[in-house]
Formats: sequence, C-alpha cells, structure tokens
Amino acid sequence: MTASAGVVTGAVNTDVVMRAVGITKNYGPTQALKGVDFEIRRGTVTVLFGENGAGKSTLMKILSGVETPSAGVLELDGEPVALRSTVDAVDRGIAIIHQELSLAPNLSIRDNIFMGREVRSNGIFVDYKAETTKTAELLRHLEEDLGPKTLVGDLRVGQQQVVEIARALAGEARVLIMDEPTSALSGSEVEVLFRVIRELTAAGVAIVYISHHLEEALEIADHAVVFRDGALVAKAPAAEIDLAWIISNMVGRSADDLSPDLLDEFGEVALRLTDIKIADSSNPARLAVDGLSLDVRRGEMVCLYGLMGAGRTELLEALAGRTPLLAGSAELEGKSLGSRSIAERVELGLTLVPEDRQRDGLVQTMSVGENLTLASLLSYARRVFLSGKQEKDAVDREIRDVRVKTSSPTASITSLSGGNQQKVVIGKALLTDPRVLLLDEPTRGIDVGAKAEIFALMARESRKGLAVLYATSEVGEALSASTRIVVMSKGRIVAQLDPRTTTREEVMVASGETVDEGNGDAR
Amino acid sequence: MSATTPTAKAPKFDRSKVDIGSILLEGRAFIALIVLIILFSFLSDSFLTVGNLITMTKHVAMNAILAIGMLFVILKGGIDLSVGSTVGLSGVVAGVLLQGLQIDSLNVVLYPAVWVVVLCSLLIGTLVGFVNGILVTKFNVAPFIATLGMLYVARGAALLISNGSTYPRLAGTPENGNTGFGLIGGGRLLGIPMAIWIMVVFAIIALVVLRATPFGRWVYATGGNERAAELAGIPVRKVKLRVYMISGFCAAVAGLIISSELTAAAPQTGESFELNAIAAVVIGGAALTGGRGNIRGVLLGAFVIGFLSDGLVIIGVSTFWQITIKGAVIVLAVVLDQAQQRFKRSKNAALAVASKASATPENSGITEPSAK
Repeated sequence: MTASAGVVTGAVNTDVVMRAVGITKNYGPTQALKGVDFEIRRGTVTVLFGENGAGKSTLMKILSGVETPSAGVLELDGEPVALRSTVDAVDRGIAIIHQELSLAPNLSIRDNIFMGREVRSNGIFVDYKAETTKTAELLRHLEEDLGPKTLVGDLRVGQQQVVEIARALAGEARVLIMDEPTSALSGSEVEVLFRVIRELTAAGVAIVYISHHLEEALEIADHAVVFRDGALVAKAPAAEIDLAWIISNMVGRSADDLSPDLLDEFGEVALRLTDIKIADSSNPARLAVDGLSLDVRRGEMVCLYGLMGAGRTELLEALAGRTPLLAGSAELEGKSLGSRSIAERVELGLTLVPEDRQRDGLVQTMSVGENLTLASLLSYARRVFLSGKQEKDAVDREIRDVRVKTSSPTASITSLSGGNQQKVVIGKALLTDPRVLLLDEPTRGIDVGAKAEIFALMARESRKGLAVLYATSEVGEALSASTRIVVMSKGRIVAQLDPRTTTREEVMVASGETVDEGNGDAR
Repeated sequence: MSATTPTAKAPKFDRSKVDIGSILLEGRAFIALIVLIILFSFLSDSFLTVGNLITMTKHVAMNAILAIGMLFVILKGGIDLSVGSTVGLSGVVAGVLLQGLQIDSLNVVLYPAVWVVVLCSLLIGTLVGFVNGILVTKFNVAPFIATLGMLYVARGAALLISNGSTYPRLAGTPENGNTGFGLIGGGRLLGIPMAIWIMVVFAIIALVVLRATPFGRWVYATGGNERAAELAGIPVRKVKLRVYMISGFCAAVAGLIISSELTAAAPQTGESFELNAIAAVVIGGAALTGGRGNIRGVLLGAFVIGFLSDGLVIIGVSTFWQITIKGAVIVLAVVLDQAQQRFKRSKNAALAVASKASATPENSGITEPSAK
C-alpha cells in the first residue's frame, strides 16, 4: 500500500460520479453479468479484481458505451443515462482504454489520438497544427520519446498502449476506465502511468482500473471490488484489505467442484518438447517462448498456467502447426513434427482446440454435425464420395459421447450455447482419434456447469490414454483438474507443481501474478 | 438495452410467424421466377410458348454454367472477375485451331480434330483459373485484384491471338476432318438444345460434388471460417486453387457453347458476363463472404436474370430500362437476403437461450428443446 494513494483517499471528497444499478448482461445464453451494483467515486481509483470471465471487462464495456446492458440502469451524476455508443460516452466524459488495442496501425499517433474527434479550424478543415502540438504535449507528459506523426504500426505494443492512454487523456474525461493498461508496458512505463493516474485523481477524475497483476493493482487502488462468475462478490477500501482477501474472494469455492477423476500412473511419453523457441509475432526481436522443454505422457492431463503474454497460446499454436518453431524440436510419439502441415499433424494424432472458439474453432455457417466431422471427413469417404450413413453415425455417436445438447444434428451451430459449442469443438478434435490433445483456455466464456462437464470429458479421455495439455489462466482450474501444473512466465517454464500439494498462492506467486517479496503475510 | 431482451422471449411466442416469414424469404428466388413468368405471360402472348421457353432457357444456360463455376469460388469466399474474358479466350482458341494451324517451317496447315480443339479450349480456361488460384494462394493477392488482372490479361490474350478479328466459319470441312464443332451449341438432343443439356449435367455434377464429397464440404468450410477449416486439417490452399480452376473450366465451356452456336469466335465475346454470373449467384442466396449458397439457388438466380432480360425484350421495354431494372432486382435480392439472415440469427440466438434453459444440471445426453 503506498502512502500517496491513502492520502488521495482522505483528501478528496468521495461523491459518486457514476453508478450502475442492477446491471445484467446476456450474451446469447451466457449471463456475463448478474445484477451488478457498482459505484465510481470522484478522485479515486477503483480496482476491479476477478478471474477471466468473471465479468469485469463486460461491465467496463457497458460503462463505456461499447455494449448496452440487458437489464439495469446506469446513472451519471444521479441521472439515469442510456449510453448509445462510445462516442456518446466520451461526450459525457467517460473514456476507456481497451484491453485489446483499438488503434489504426496505418495512421499516425496524432491521427489515432484525435480519431473521431478531430480538431476543426473554421468548422470544416482539420487543424493538424493544433492536433500535433497537443499530441506532442501528451507524449511528453507520458515521458514517451515519440514524434506525433510516427505511424502507430511502427510502434511496439507497449508504446501502442501508451498511445491508447494518451488518447483517453486527450478526451479530458471525468471517468477513465483502464482495462489491463499495463499488460504490455515496461516497468518504467508502469511507473509513469501510475504517476499520471495520481495526477488525474488529484484533479478529481474517477478511475476504474482492471489488472491481473494483483500486487501492482493493489498499489494504485483506493477501493477494491471483486467479481466472480458475473457477480460482484466483495468490496472494501484498499486500506483495509490484503492480497489474501482478494485471492480468496476471487477464487471462491466454485472452482473446487471440478475435480474429475485422473490417473496416478502414466504411460510412455506422447509429446516431447526440447528447447522450443518461438518468435513473438508482434515483436520479432522478442521470443514468445524461450527455450521450453516438456514431456507429456499418455494419460496425463497437464495444465499450462500463466498470465496473459506468458507464451502459452504461442506454444500451443506452434505445436498445432499454425506458426513455425524458431528452434528446438517437438516429437509426437517419437515422430518429429518438424515442418509438417496442420493437416499432417492432425493425421498423426495431434489436434488443437483453439482459444478463440468463434474465430478459430467453429464454422458458423455450418450445422452441428458438419462442424463435428470437419476434421475427420476423409474417414467417412469411400473413393471420392462421402458415406452419408457413416458420417451420420459418427455425428450421432459423438453428440451422445460429448453430450452436446442440440435439437438435431442439422441445427445451426450458432443455435447452441457457448458450452455446447465448445463441446462440439472438442468432439471434432476427438473424432480425429488424437494421441495428443491440446486445448487453449477450453472453458473461456463458459458457465460453471459446462466447465465441469468439459473437464470431466478431458479427464475421461486422458484415462483412456490420451495425453492432454491445456492452457488456463484460472488457478482453480489448474489445481482441480490436472495431474501436473506447468507454470509459464515470459516464455519459460518457471515451476512444475503437483496440484495435490500446491496452494493457490504458490501457483500465483510462481507465475509472477503476485510478487514474491514482502508478501509472506498474505499466506 | 432492447437488443437482447426480445430475443430471449422469441422462441415460444413468434415461432409460427417467423417460420412463415422465413419460408417466404427462403423461397424468394423461386417466387420471383413464378411472378416473372405470370407477369410476362399476361403482357405478351409469345412469352409462354414452348419455343420461347426453350430459347430463353438456352440463354439462361450460358449464364448458369458460368454461375455454377462462380458459385464454387464465392462459396470459398472469393470472387472470379475473369470468367467473361475466359469465355472470349476459349472461343478464340477454338477458332484459331479450327481455322487450321499454319506451321511455316514445314509449310503445312494442321487441322486438329474437334475433340482436340475442345480439349485445348478447356485447358486454356482451366489454366486461367489456375493462374488466379496461384495468385491468390501463393502470392496472397486479394481475389478481386487477382481476377481483375486476369480479366485484362485473358482478354488481351484473346485479342492478340486473333489480332482483334473474328474467326468465322467454325463449322469445319469434311476434307479436313474437323466438322462437328457446331453441334456443341447448335445441336439438339430430344428437341432440347445441347447447351441446356450441358447446364443440367453440370448442375448435377456440381450438386454431387458440393453435397457428397469431402471436397465440397471443404469448400463450404473454407468459406465459412478459413482459420477454423485450416486448424481442422483441411488443405485450404488446395481447395482455393481448385475452385478457381473449376470456375475457369466452366467459363471455357460457356465460351465453346457460344462460339459453336455462332460458328464464329470473336475476341470480344463474353464482356461483362462475369457480372451476370455473380448476380445469379447472389440472387440465389449465396453470401459473398463465403460459406453459404447452393446450386438450386444459382439455377433459380440464373433463370430470374435470364427470363427477366428476355421478357423485357419481348414486351418491348427499352434497353436502358432493362439494365436499370436488372440492377434493382439484384439489389433487392441482397436486401431480402440480409433480412433473412437477421431472422435466422435471432432465431438461432433464441434457440441457444432455450437450449441453455433446458440444460439441467444432471446431464441427460441429448435433450429435445423442452419448450413447446
């Protein structure tokens, strides 16, 4: 806890500038927010804690006009408001720094900062001179040594994030929402950001802050709010709480009921990774995975735990054949994956259930059945023709096997709930008869019940001798549904833990989510 | 705020209404065709006669064959602007071969047999498609640009080969052993022109390929979500290359039919045919974004366009109005298609909610949507 944050809390009045009352948000069948009541006070930093999918980002999108709530009311200065768009929100003094960068890489820093709110001269022409001056001023304030006319596409991700911050500052917001603003920032850039945040709060701006780096977030917080499964479960002034309080509220007990049956003894090595190096696609000078070696045996269910940017997704995508390895070797049951295509790897018995179900997992224009057989189509073909019966049998069997709840195999895939869609993606992978199954965040955006089902499914296959390797950023999942936790940080394995003898805190500490030192009292 | 609340209530309440609406929307191309036929029958006595229907269907056949090839490309999420030029080029290739190949060094003129001529023309068309495919897959050129380029290149090649002039008299002579070319476009079987038979055969083959082969499914998957298709182990590049080759092949067939029917090959033949083919595919309900469309729709689309054009000619509407009306019909088709997609989306969203609601904690395998 820093002194300055405490001082600010005491010094500034705590008027509520914005209030959310009973906010509910449904995405199709998934309830992302369940009647959340939430206050934002002038001149303070409110930090939102919660695991992925707890509903933080959804709430932020509603507060900033990106999404409209399914139910509930937003109040601004005590008056109910309906934010129709981000522009509407910005006009009312609410700005957001998005988790995903929303910059146009083909435009300069200046043009990005003033995108949609160009400074006009004579009400017609863009006043580039004024914009340039203001941009230079903002960049100087953020201690970033960049020209206003530099193309955003030429910046590294951390610098782009600074531009995002500058853009939010340019709007002179009363409420500033920061969704993971530091995920790509360097240590010194974080310090600058925190200094700017303190200046802003001192000037009366209300800040809402989300970060997975708990320690860091606690440093800047005045109020802490914890979300879990779409509900606000706890709130307290930052001065009264510690890391342990946050973690216990974040995790709750819901994750504990996953606990599927797993094997104790495993077969031979199915997947052997030796000194894997993978380039970072957004910054080729950096390594996303740096010298990683790992064996996964048949019957094992290994969890790759780590923060965003730890290199988990990059590793799994490279193993699936989507991106090349820079160095090192990957072997499936002794056969080198080397330069094999995705199709060859699927044939060999290695399949990836991707992180982004909508973007990479499903063909939305197709039916449930067609999606299920997509990866194994050739096995139902005789000469060049598909055997309708064989395919139908496989679909029916798999729908029963992975328990997809659908009115019919010919129903559109988009008519299923998120959990059932994910079961289809997993069923599709299982139909290829894999030896190694890779899953990237298999339960993202899925409700608790379906989560347990999906882990039970993965565990069942592992008991049959499948080698399962999955990535997650939820500690509860890692602890309750794995035979081994492999913790990754900055592209390396930093710890391999036995889930039966490990605590949440140990996993979090190992991943760098909390900083080790001065934190012993949290346990 | 209002966006999601109504959809949550939709499944029970609006089901019957949605269904009637969607049936009307689904069958819109068919309904449009019926309306056109009735309308023109009233306006002109000569419209609904066997002779006229056959003539119009023959016109439809040219466009339908192109559109069948185009459907493959559009299903995959691409577009092929080069088919019109390929029609011209394949006709010219046939023309130059049927006129006789002058071999100066030997001082002879070669007259290839008709089947050789046909084969060469088809190969040229497929080659144009192959180049399109290579540009798209190997060099990552956007399909619009790649095929736009080939539109010019193929047309230029046709003009270069023919030196800009038309090859007349493609009927061949018995002495040269190359008669019979005229049968492709001019011949009849059971009183029906060959062009129509070719269209029927192509439609059946395309239908079987799309419905009953892994390749067909791959085309739909690649167009529906290329990333997901690739991750499922589908040879996406091969699929892309093939669809352009199919389109080029179909264009060459259309080129042969036209030059055979006229027994003359002009390098300008087929100008703007690509647009008619795209229009037929779109009216038939295919999505230009890929993954959605079928042969039945394409045929209906081709018939709507063909009957509309010919009908307007028969009742004496001016050319300028014909063009304007055709354009309006195309736009209307897409507007209706969007409406249909909206219906479908909200219906699916409602179903997803319903499936969630009926999902009980105990996992009973497949559950029928319990709401009735």
